[in-house]
Amino acid sequence: MGLQEYLSALITGAGIGSMYGLVALGYYTTYAVSRTVNFAQGSSLMLGAVLTFTLSTQWHWPVFLAVLMALVLCGLWGYFVEVIAVRPFVKRNSDAWLMATVALGLILENIVLFSFGKDPRGQSSPLLQIGFDLGGLHLNALQLLIPAAGFVIASILALGMRFTTLGKSLLAIAQNRIAARLMGIDSEKLIGIAFALSGIFAGIAGILIAPLYTVSAGMGTVFGIKAFAAAILGGIESAAGVMMGGLLLGITEALLVTALGSTYAQMFSFGLTIVVLCMRPAGLFGKRGVNKV
Amino acid sequence: MKHSRRIHASVAMAALTSLALSASLQAAEIKVGLVAALSGQSAQSGEAITRGLTIAMDEINAKGGVLGDKLVLIKRDDESSPPKGVTAARELISSEKVVALFGGIDTPVSLAIVPIANQNKKPFIGVWAAGTNITKNGATPNYVFRVSAQDDLVDIALIKYAMSKYNSKNPGLILVNNPWGESNEKGLKAAAAAANISIAGVEKVEQADVDVTPQLNRLKTAGADALILVANAGPGAQMMKSRERMGWNVPVVSHWGISGGRFDELVGPTAGDVHFIQTYSFFSPPTPASEKIMAELGKKYGVKTAADIIAPVGTANAYDAMQLLAQAIEQAKSTDGDAIRQALEQIESYTGLIKTYKKPFATPAHEALAPEDYVMVRYDAGKIVPVK
Repeated sequence: MGLQEYLSALITGAGIGSMYGLVALGYYTTYAVSRTVNFAQGSSLMLGAVLTFTLSTQWHWPVFLAVLMALVLCGLWGYFVEVIAVRPFVKRNSDAWLMATVALGLILENIVLFSFGKDPRGQSSPLLQIGFDLGGLHLNALQLLIPAAGFVIASILALGMRFTTLGKSLLAIAQNRIAARLMGIDSEKLIGIAFALSGIFAGIAGILIAPLYTVSAGMGTVFGIKAFAAAILGGIESAAGVMMGGLLLGITEALLVTALGSTYAQMFSFGLTIVVLCMRPAGLFGKRGVNKV
Repeated sequence: MKHSRRIHASVAMAALTSLALSASLQAAEIKVGLVAALSGQSAQSGEAITRGLTIAMDEINAKGGVLGDKLVLIKRDDESSPPKGVTAARELISSEKVVALFGGIDTPVSLAIVPIANQNKKPFIGVWAAGTNITKNGATPNYVFRVSAQDDLVDIALIKYAMSKYNSKNPGLILVNNPWGESNEKGLKAAAAAANISIAGVEKVEQADVDVTPQLNRLKTAGADALILVANAGPGAQMMKSRERMGWNVPVVSHWGISGGRFDELVGPTAGDVHFIQTYSFFSPPTPASEKIMAELGKKYGVKTAADIIAPVGTANAYDAMQLLAQAIEQAKSTDGDAIRQALEQIESYTGLIKTYKKPFATPAHEALAPEDYVMVRYDAGKIVPVK
């Protein structure tokens, strides 16, 4: 196998990995603020793709408007998940939100199955037609846009968390919810906003990946699982960590297929995740928690 | 008082009459089952099979049915999942009391249903799934029949086509990672060995793969001069999109799984580059049967031309299979599973849509179609047309 094949795998892996990273950023956002995770992230990814396809291809809306509306609805969906499937259980100190978010994701998947249809659809994109050669590799614009979008969003999130009032408030809730409330921060509202953000991140991933993949009710399931693996691998408490975790997982998968063939790639990539976690339980970029006793 | 008694008596009589009537109506039905993918990436295959079966049944029922009873189709969606297919087949046999079962596009689902059909002595007729072991399952007596292609024979035809059309001497295999892909891996390797050519490599594609570039790169590096694809519409489309992204214009010859979904829409402009196998083309010279079916497709499903027929092979195979089953039930003069099985093996002749079948089944040969019935086709602007 030559250098060019590995370079091609690197680009392929970076594209898919950024998608894992984007969805994983949603896991990070909610976990950082509320110590809960939105396991309906896969369904948010699907919702973004399905809504964009329906609005732009079937209803002939301008693409910009279709994307905007899809993201607004993904955000609302994320907020809805928090209100319905997380808040009531957290209030009772129950961990049942784990199952409730999974269940809500499945419900949405089934609603889409019956309303959108059972047939997977193909989303076209003018970006697929813009091709160019780079170092002997044939690429299209979407392949470069996907990782670029992933990194821009991760950077905005990291900067926003650090330098904006909203970001600082979210981090304050993460550190001490009661103290934050005493300082006048409406923690319930902000946790809802964190879930809305997680829905938007997954929606963006869905919209970006749709032209490379197929649009269907079940398209988010595998992405949701792999993105969670990426979040754990990178360290779910670090925005840069989950993004890097996604990239690592995507690139590892692509390189393993290139080097060893497709038969054993899944086995090796998940095996590698377990090995890393055994050596660094907080993830590659996470900090080990300190328990005061 | 007397008046009210009379009313009660007449109500009771009416109820009894309607009960007897409904019982007699129920007795006048012969149920046949279909377990196929009616949703998911291969949903079009299930719809096409349903259309073929329905048109054949309506035709038979219009002539008085079978053994004087009407045929009724009971459908179940297996969602391309073997456990769901098994549950559906069991339910159709035990609750719905179907006299025979038809299968769908997915070899893994059909393979899972085979033991149930044999244990319950219910004829199971495959109308799409081509896995060799579906019919060659080792059971005696064998209740599994097929009016469709068979992998081993398709594999020989695909290798032969790649060699003759593209002068291929080193094709690469790209196969879906499931039992159907595995079954074809053996068949294609054997066919290549028999034809004295080498195989560049074998790569697998998963149902949920987004990018197949790494697998294709391996085949390209190994010097593949053609690709032989065995996958359903979804993973097949992912492979084609990756090939396009790479800018690799290698010829692609495919098994027919890709025609079970919206392959042309999923792939985009390069869908027409794939030449794939079918058992029938509605573009063949018209026959009385094809004209009749085209008219019915138009009347029932709004199909205007041959090019508008979705997953045509499903409709064609299913139509002939239903007619053969009806003929067997008439011949057996019974709806008993074993009697139907024996009658299927003794059918002398039937002039159908795909061809005139002469002794379509025997013991142990349960394949109604042979390689000479295969045709090569391609997508052209969303329509399946024969390769010129």
